[in-house]
Parts: sequence; structure tokens; C-alpha cells
Amino acid sequence: MTHLAANILTEYFTFENYGELIVLLQNSLFAAALLGVVGGLISVFVMARDIPFAVHGVAELSFAGASFALLISFDVVYGSIIGSLAAALLIGIGGARSSEKNTITGVLMPFGLGLGILFLALYDGRAANKFGLLTGQIVAINPSQIRTLVICAVVVLVVLLIIWRPLTFASIDPAVARAKGVPVTALTIIFMLALGLAVALSVQVVGVLLVLALLVTPAAAATQISASPVLVPVLSTLFAVISSVGGILIALGSPVVPISPFVTTISFLIYLICRLIGHRRKSRHTRARIRREADVHRHPSLVSTAGEARDASGTDTR
Amino acid sequence: MLWHNLNIDVEPGEFIAILGPNGCGKTSLLKVLLGQYQLYSGTARVNGHRARRGDPDIGYVPQQRGIDDDTPMRGRDLVRMGLDGHRWGPGWFSRSRSQKVDALLEEVGAQTYADSPVGMLSGGELQRLRVAQALGSDPHLLLCDEPLLHLDMTHQRLVARLLHEKRQARRTAILFVTHEINPILPYVDRVLYIAGGHFLVGTPDDVINSAALSELYGSPIDVVRAGGRIVIVGSDSDHHPIHHAEPSAGAI
Repeated sequence: MTHLAANILTEYFTFENYGELIVLLQNSLFAAALLGVVGGLISVFVMARDIPFAVHGVAELSFAGASFALLISFDVVYGSIIGSLAAALLIGIGGARSSEKNTITGVLMPFGLGLGILFLALYDGRAANKFGLLTGQIVAINPSQIRTLVICAVVVLVVLLIIWRPLTFASIDPAVARAKGVPVTALTIIFMLALGLAVALSVQVVGVLLVLALLVTPAAAATQISASPVLVPVLSTLFAVISSVGGILIALGSPVVPISPFVTTISFLIYLICRLIGHRRKSRHTRARIRREADVHRHPSLVSTAGEARDASGTDTR
Repeated sequence: MLWHNLNIDVEPGEFIAILGPNGCGKTSLLKVLLGQYQLYSGTARVNGHRARRGDPDIGYVPQQRGIDDDTPMRGRDLVRMGLDGHRWGPGWFSRSRSQKVDALLEEVGAQTYADSPVGMLSGGELQRLRVAQALGSDPHLLLCDEPLLHLDMTHQRLVARLLHEKRQARRTAILFVTHEINPILPYVDRVLYIAGGHFLVGTPDDVINSAALSELYGSPIDVVRAGGRIVIVGSDSDHHPIHHAEPSAGAI
């Protein structure tokens, strides 16, 4: 049995020349780490605004943009950025309410995917290029593309830093935020554009089909074990970086399996562990709430005052 | 047109209930004061200046609505947003701000659940935190948009009394939009009853009686008082008593 496992391991993994590979790919690793930071932070708002579906929709239009770029021999990274920005803008403007957002996403998504398939069918270059769009290809991108990714990532991070507080307010509590003068609609558009860039970046690492692993799962995992607005982004970033960099590091040892399954598996395992830990935390909070509520209801006399007697006598009828 | 010749001065510390059927413009009135809607004619002034967006003189308490379990925010963070949630930047830690948050939490008696995730609180607890949040900018006026909706009796009473205590202690005036007058009836100074572009202003006894409301609606309305509670019955279509201060649609 152990013999068989060892056979499989040597068939799919070889860690010969591992050190040299890492040196060779250090730029890709750096880019992956940076995308992890972007993904980890963006995903906090994806969760707070409850828009994982929109992320997927943006990714599919990103795919359409990238495959069109491939068809006309334009830079794939720019193509995917343009595609996802357009989608993010459409969803941001058209879907002020979350129900509309889902409808618009649902309408855009198959359209984007269909366009992408069309462009790929017309494209007669290397098949690996086509597949790379769907499943990620960061190891294959060139230094100038990495530079573009880094610039975009820095732009997203700076924008997020500036709008962090009002965006948190507007995401969780839009009515009160608007009453406090927060430009809720403008922030939605700005955030969607940042999200569009983040999606285009993630597409390069994990591909169109798997962006949710970097843009949803990290914060979904972090919110299982904490509700602190400081700890959640930190954990989420950590999880996303571990997934993206860890995925590449493991994949380097395998000439057969591509990067993305490792990224998504690490991401998923982290979520699973957090979910298990978080289960106890949640039931503790629920029990505490039930205890507090029981106290309130058991001693109505403690919470009722003379001024209320009139009201109380009326409401306490059976 | 939603209202005509509506002219009302609110005194410091005054508790005013705004009643009326759906679509009569209760919420629009609040939005005018929040600077979100403009009046076609007339002026709305808050603490001597024109109503404007993001006015720190106004605190806003919204309807209770469920917050997702996994929302990355604790009770104290919700209150904190009332202090500086509208400012740009990430908002680094500040000792004076966290002391202010602690003071606000104490004011509404929310210390025990200040560190619980907001998604895991009861509706009543959430509304207490929202009152603390609204008081964060030391407002002169609290605008409450049906804050007791979806709460059980006990919490309705507790939140209503909390608001009453705050307006006494802080001299903060309260405009309270509601369908249900009874939980706040012991505290209300005046009632603004809006219906079909017309309105009545006065003490609860002056406004909520059969004669006054029948005239406002232009059709017979019965106001029944039982055990300190008020039940308003639109008397034309059905004879089932309606347990809130709104006549049935047929009566409008």
C-alpha cells in the first residue's frame, strides 16, 4: 500500500531541481503573493456585500475579454482587465439593489462565457493558451505582464485603503451610511471597479473558473472564526497568500498537475478547518444570546417603570 | 404632492410620533431632513441651518433588519461607525474614540454583548446598538424610521423607553415614524398624523380620536381605547379591529 502511494507520488511529483525552479519563478511567486493580498482584502467586502455571484459573472466577462485579446493577438492581461472592468461597471451601475445585481449578473454571465467560447473557437494558436485562461497560467506569463499585474494590484490596494472605512459602513449598513453623508452609490461603483481589477488579476493565477477560491473563500473562512473588523482582513489576506503561493510551490514539484487545483484545495481546506473551529464559536454566541433574552423576559418587572405601567397593563393581557 | 402647508417646530427634547398610512410621505419627511430629498417649496431647518447631507446634528435609527451571521463586525464596531464611519482612510486605532464607544455602549446598556458579532444579536439588542450609534455625533435630533418594527413586545418597550431616557438626559428631540403608536404612547408629546396630503398635529389625545381622524380621512374612523392602548378601526369595509394606528385601505 505504501509502495503504491510512493509510486503515485513519484509519478506526479518530482522535487528535483526544486531550488532552481523557485529562483526561476520568483517573479511569479511575488506576483502570486501580491494577488493573494489583493484577493484577501477584496474578499472581505465580497462577503460583507454578499456578491460572490457577481464575482463569478465578472470573471466570465474577463474570460471573454482575454480570449478576444488572444484572437486578435493583443495582450491577454489587458484583454481580461478590460472585460472585467466593463462587467464590474455594468453590474455596479445596473444593480443598485442586490436582487437586481444577481439578475444582471445572471444575464451577463452566459453571454460573456459564450463570447469567450466563440473567440477561442476562432483562435487557431496553441491549445495551452486557451486552457490557461480557464485554469490559470501565472507561470507562463512574461515579466512585462507581471509588471502590469503588480501595478494594478497596487492601484487596488491604495484605493481600498482610502475608501476602507466608508466602504465598510456602506457595505454593512447602507441606510445609516447614507444618512451620515457617505456617498454610497459612488463607493459602490469605485468598489466594483477595484473588484473588476482584482478579478482580472486572479484570473491570471487560478483562471476564470476558479477565481472564487481567491476572492470569496479567504474571507468566508476568516469570518467563521472572527468578527473583528481588524482580524478578519488580516486572516483573510493570510489565507489567500497561503493558498496562492502555497499552490504554486506545491505545483512546481508536479510536472503533470497544473497550479489551480492546489490553490483551490488549500483554500478549501482552510475554509473547512475554520468552519469546524467557528462552529463552537457560533454556538457559544447563540447560547449567550438565549441567556440574555431569557433574563429580559423572566423579569419584566425589572425593565418596566412606573411611567410604563399604563402600557404594561395593556400589553400583558393573555 | 405629499404634504401641503406642513409647518411644525420641534422643541429640544420633544418626542413626536409621525403616523399615517403607507405612502403618505412619513419616510420622505425624514429624507428631506437628512438632505436626501429636496422640497419643491418651503424650507426644512435643523438646529438653525438648512437640512443637508451628513449633518452631525442628526442621528438616524433605521428599521431593524437582520444582519448576516458572518458579517465581520461586532457590536462596538457598529457603534463606532456612528462616530467616524463616514471618514476616509482605514481609521487607525484611537484611544479617545474607543473610550467614547465604551461610554455610548454604557449609555444604552449594551456592554454585555458589545463584543458579540452583530449577526448573532437579537433584534432588540441590535436596535439598542443603533441608538448608541445614532447618538455618536451628539445630535440635536434623532430621526427614527420604524425602529420597533419586527421586535417583540418586551423589546419594543425597552427600546422605546431607552429613547425616552436619552431625550430627557440629552435634550435630543425625537421624530419617530411608526405604524404602531402603543409602545411609545407613554412618552409621546405630540403626534403628527399625515394622510392624503393633509395632516394633524397635537397631543395624542387631540389627534387620535374618532372625530379628528374621521375628518382627516374624510370617512368614519373609530378610535377605541382599551387598557391604555389605542386601536384604530376603519369602519366601512370590515369590522375586524386593526391592531395598529392605521385604518384599513378601504377607509383612506
